[in-house]
Amino acid sequence: MTMADMDLLDPFVRMLDDVAGADAVRALEAGGSTRPIWQAFADSGYLDALVAEDAGGAGLALADLVPLVAALGAHALPVPVAETMVARALLAGAGIAAPDGPIVLVSSLAQPVPAALLADHALVDMGEALVLSPIAALMPQPTGVHGSLAALLSGTPQGPVLARPVGGLRPIAAVLRALLIAGAVARLTDMACAYANDRVQFGKPIGRQQALQQMLAVMAEDMVACRIAAQLGASRWPQVPVALAATAKITTSAAATRIAASAHAVHGAIGISEAYDLQLLTRRLHEWRLADGSEGYWAGVLGTARLDHGASTVDWVRAAIFA
Amino acid sequence: MFDTLTLAQLPPADEDLRAVVRDLVARHVAARPLDQRARSWQGFDAGFSRALGAAGLLGLTLPRAYGGHERGPFARFVVVEELLCAGAPVAAHWIADRQSAPLILRYGTEAQRQMYIPRICRGELLFCIGMSEPGSGSDLASVRTRADRTDAGWVVNGQKIWTTNSLHSDYMIALVRTSGAPTDRQAGLSQVIIDLKAPGVTIRPIVDLTGDAHFAEVFFDNVALGADALVGQEGEGWQQVAAELAFERSGPERIYSSVVLLDAWVRHLQAAGRTDSAALVGRLTAELATLRAMSIACTARLAAGESPVVEASIVKDRGTGFEQELPLVIGDDLATHPDEPVSAELYATLMYVTHVAPSFSLRGGTREILRGIIARGMGLR
Repeated sequence: MTMADMDLLDPFVRMLDDVAGADAVRALEAGGSTRPIWQAFADSGYLDALVAEDAGGAGLALADLVPLVAALGAHALPVPVAETMVARALLAGAGIAAPDGPIVLVSSLAQPVPAALLADHALVDMGEALVLSPIAALMPQPTGVHGSLAALLSGTPQGPVLARPVGGLRPIAAVLRALLIAGAVARLTDMACAYANDRVQFGKPIGRQQALQQMLAVMAEDMVACRIAAQLGASRWPQVPVALAATAKITTSAAATRIAASAHAVHGAIGISEAYDLQLLTRRLHEWRLADGSEGYWAGVLGTARLDHGASTVDWVRAAIFA
Repeated sequence: MFDTLTLAQLPPADEDLRAVVRDLVARHVAARPLDQRARSWQGFDAGFSRALGAAGLLGLTLPRAYGGHERGPFARFVVVEELLCAGAPVAAHWIADRQSAPLILRYGTEAQRQMYIPRICRGELLFCIGMSEPGSGSDLASVRTRADRTDAGWVVNGQKIWTTNSLHSDYMIALVRTSGAPTDRQAGLSQVIIDLKAPGVTIRPIVDLTGDAHFAEVFFDNVALGADALVGQEGEGWQQVAAELAFERSGPERIYSSVVLLDAWVRHLQAAGRTDSAALVGRLTAELATLRAMSIACTARLAAGESPVVEASIVKDRGTGFEQELPLVIGDDLATHPDEPVSAELYATLMYVTHVAPSFSLRGGTREILRGIIARGMGLR
């Protein structure tokens, strides 16, 4: 991480710790207002990080925001901060004034959209173009899942129309999910490790048991794979190639289930109690895994693209993903 | 945790080496049958290794003063990636280039550097690793082979086993006990260079389950060595071996052992016009891309001058898991279509990789040992 990254990250994390700690997240899940949290983000200027400088933003690339989005994931924040950053950049690029509140990215109206119950607007991919619609026009309905702020959307989006990025919103949204997952699994790995060193059974910390060490080592491998795959996904901006998004989402979504399972296994019964923070992260992991295409969806997309080319696997990967 | 393992890029200047490798591959490798190319690691061709040396593709990480090219770990990554993806026979120079020369450079005397490294860079001098013994596998600190001081230098007695390519190698760098007893564990171990043509050395090949004999038993019966056989400090063998294993574990070779099979299967699907396995192709492609990025990230730590022991273990454990999964899922895919013709060449390659795959997570440290290293790196135990 460069000094510039640190300069960007440190105040962001301090703000997150101030306004979006576990108690604040629980309050949101219990139906509390998002206003105080949102006001902090709006006042900070971070929401326009991806907006071009000549349009009044910071002109950063998605790769610059990797540690910030990961920090959002590590806080299990159910507010669409990263989604709003992307939406504001797309709107600014189209010369459309962005509304003040939270915006969700909607790559499909068919399945629940994370954080939609806290959004004021939705940027909806209609296949031909994007539409910026007040969320109310999409009649958000709770999913009935305990603690979830995802919503089912329906109806027809109403509002300004803008050009659709090549490949649509789904690749960009999938990379954001991958970054959020990477942040959450890093925190879970830390928590599981700390708990394993702390919890004593059979007269010694459970982290001294080889069976646990082997499981936690695999967790660390998955955590590093998530970090690097998510960074790879965020390495191109503003056009996010489908093959990059697929790689990032396949790796992180597949690892999310394993890491959630291992984290719970290490923590035992306390990990599934509401009062303990672990469940905030693992519930979010499962939600993000299913959002904007799971590992199975993106595997089909990536494999179909791969089979269309005669090159060797590594040559194709170098050209399509690492170029 | 493990924060330094982060996305890194291959320098464009090193990418230029691909064309040089491809030219050699076209002339020496492309016409070989598929199952021979799948043997890449085990493929022994001293002529090809000398051709690589002549083309300036060995010793990429080593100083010019010793015949190297001072290009660094990224250049080696590029060359190794090209060689393994082509299924080139790399066994002859493999160990010397990857770990023996860097070890001698780091711990050897000036005379040892001058004597060995230039010829390694030319692909002329072949090395093997003397670590495992009949009673010392994962528990390497229990080695019993001894080197005792004499007036002229050292005398070696004992036995190594599972020693890859010892039959064709010129020298072995062996981990031996130079003082104390096996109960002293890591203390009293040293590394010595043994001329495998010296009197008292007997090498007996061991045939493996694929019919190949790439590894062997090596016996030492009063083998006399000069005083200059010792590499590094007497008694520091354990620390030196740990550094050497970081070289061994951190390269791209730990993700590409089955890639010749993967490519052959993709060509099979394309020729058959079959798309029902696209999701499997996609899943494997994403894993390969992620592992490649992880391996480049680890290479960046080498390039920064670090000895990334834990990071290399992370990449190797995940990488060998991928290498081992490939033949199993590809076999299932082919046999899930029992009425679709499969060429004899593809079938033989599939079964070769299937049978040899267990070795992927044995060589260079078992899965269980690596996970123990990672756990320690996480602050457990």
